[in-house]
Amino acid sequence: MWARAAYLGLRAAARGRWGFTSKADPRGSGRVKGELIQHLERLSLVDFGSQEAVARLEKAIAFADRLRAVNTDAVEPMESVLEDRYLYLRSDSVVEGSCAEELLQNSHRVVEEYFVAPPGNISWSKVDEKQPFSRC
Amino acid sequence: MAAPMLRWCCPGRRFAFAWVGCGSCHRRGPPTGSTSNGKRGQSSVAQQPHFTAQKPREGEHEWAAVVGLEIHAQIASNSKLFSGSQVHFAAPPNSLVSFFDASLPGTLPVLNRRCVEAAVMTGLALDCHINRKSLFDRKHYFYADLPAGYQITQQRLPIAVNGSLAYSVCVGRKPSRMVTRTVRVKQIQLEQDSGKSLHDDLRSQTLIDLNRAGIGLLELVLEPDMSCGEEAATAVRELQLILQALGTSQANMAEGQLRVDANISVHRPGEPLGVRTEVKNLNSARFLAKAIDYEIQRQINELENGGEILNETRSFDNRLGFMPEPNLPPLLLYDSGSLPSGADPQQVINVDQLRERLPELPRVTRERLVRQYGMLPEHSCALLNEVGLLEFFQNVIKETRAEPKKVTSWVLNTFLGFLKQRNLAVSESPVTPSALAELLDLLDRKAISSSAAKQVFEELWRNDGKTPAQIVAEKKLELLQDPEALEQLCRSTLEAHPHVVMDLKRGNARAINKLIGLVRKATLGRADPTAIKEVLERQLSS
Repeated sequence: MWARAAYLGLRAAARGRWGFTSKADPRGSGRVKGELIQHLERLSLVDFGSQEAVARLEKAIAFADRLRAVNTDAVEPMESVLEDRYLYLRSDSVVEGSCAEELLQNSHRVVEEYFVAPPGNISWSKVDEKQPFSRC
Repeated sequence: MAAPMLRWCCPGRRFAFAWVGCGSCHRRGPPTGSTSNGKRGQSSVAQQPHFTAQKPREGEHEWAAVVGLEIHAQIASNSKLFSGSQVHFAAPPNSLVSFFDASLPGTLPVLNRRCVEAAVMTGLALDCHINRKSLFDRKHYFYADLPAGYQITQQRLPIAVNGSLAYSVCVGRKPSRMVTRTVRVKQIQLEQDSGKSLHDDLRSQTLIDLNRAGIGLLELVLEPDMSCGEEAATAVRELQLILQALGTSQANMAEGQLRVDANISVHRPGEPLGVRTEVKNLNSARFLAKAIDYEIQRQINELENGGEILNETRSFDNRLGFMPEPNLPPLLLYDSGSLPSGADPQQVINVDQLRERLPELPRVTRERLVRQYGMLPEHSCALLNEVGLLEFFQNVIKETRAEPKKVTSWVLNTFLGFLKQRNLAVSESPVTPSALAELLDLLDRKAISSSAAKQVFEELWRNDGKTPAQIVAEKKLELLQDPEALEQLCRSTLEAHPHVVMDLKRGNARAINKLIGLVRKATLGRADPTAIKEVLERQLSS
């Protein structure tokens, strides 16, 4: 799920900003710039630590780029399989909640009915120190 | 550093209008004096901040500031935006959390009708265009209090766009005039609130409470049409009043129901806009103006010292991390002309119907009060500024025969004064509107003097269950109704104090006040000073 979002974002950014486009190179061997990698690491908390990982990322992008071979002119993108359905509106009544004990059982660590948050893949110190106060 | 700027602004209580020193200054063009580099070396603390209403000294640089706001208002609803768990301020941690709010697999969002209505009503009140079709998106970012890893929002196509918010400021001094400013509303969108995190630095852990996660928020984006902290604070205050009048949000900043982020930049008039910085999570009205002005000053100082403004929060394209929300089809709204026939009314939202049901907005209320009761705009602002005060005022008006101006004065000065002194809300007042109405009737009939009325009011405040009439009788505060008795007292006072009379006859006009005071003492405060004066003057001249 996250990977898909990152991919979409990456393609949008790549097409727009960083001039990285595999249209020019059908074999998709464009380079993913260092700044972009850093940014992606921060957003996804996935460590693209090695050159191997970056290479794999580039190959993944190139592989997905093959979708472009399909002609989608004048075809509206489908965003949801529910696009023909009406959006159901529920009435404003309280019908759930009050299950703290059950929910807390899912957590590895709990302190006095609070969930204890685990650290991300990259340690917090590496992530921008301001992160807790500045969310995009 | 912020202090000089606020010198010109209205201290203390903030109405939905304000004294603005800054607005009138920065709209001028660049200074006509020679452009100067000479001031560079001067300490920026000593220099006056130019964008206050002060004539710039010859050759000094002028700055203009630009402030935009992103406001998050918690929707006043019983349950959350996409789930049926309760919305409530204080509750045991994680007790108001459903499986969906905790982001357990297999759960799906179900949109709350009340939240959509709240968004439409707010959009209508702010003159927005309501998008008949709006879409939901996922905004991805990792943070411990966002269990799903994304927030459902409306980035691409929000529910309302292109509106405006009007607020009043007082410009100039002697004479001052009320000016209406407007700020454009870029868009209003529905989105989810996140949970709350408590950082435990000691044990390097974060404690998460998801009670707030999933509560419906209205995000209102105000364009950078404001130029200083005071304008921004006034706009926010007006928005608060509107949201409260609509009932769409309680908009209480202290309880976190209204959160404001400010985008601030400075530039020289005539030049392009500067780099923006963001001041986030302002949650007190008083702090808002100060923090914005502080940041403006900081940027000015930085630039004047040859530095650069760094945007620390948005270093990259913010469009990354968005994708459409696949679990929610588009949100469709209808009007009376486009209602699908045979549709379940529960499932259909009619914008025209909501428009008809809009309550009176604060701006209209204030104008009406001025028109109806002949009060000054400041008074109508003050009446709306305190919760419950307008209702109190209107109840008194209903029950009393006294003039509206008298009622206004008593409510805003005496009544409100007593409340503020004891730090009470209107709802906690021991004096009821009926009691005040009765008191004002007594005053109107000239049954008591105004000083006696104040005494009675104090007694009423003690809430011993007595009516004003009873208090007056008990304390013998009734005005002397017998004109003969008053004549008698005046005559005897004049006779008893011949030297004061001499003094008066010799030309000391103020001696009459001494005589009035003596008579008043003799009447035990039961005579109206103006009446006394009249009688004395008549007796003296005869």
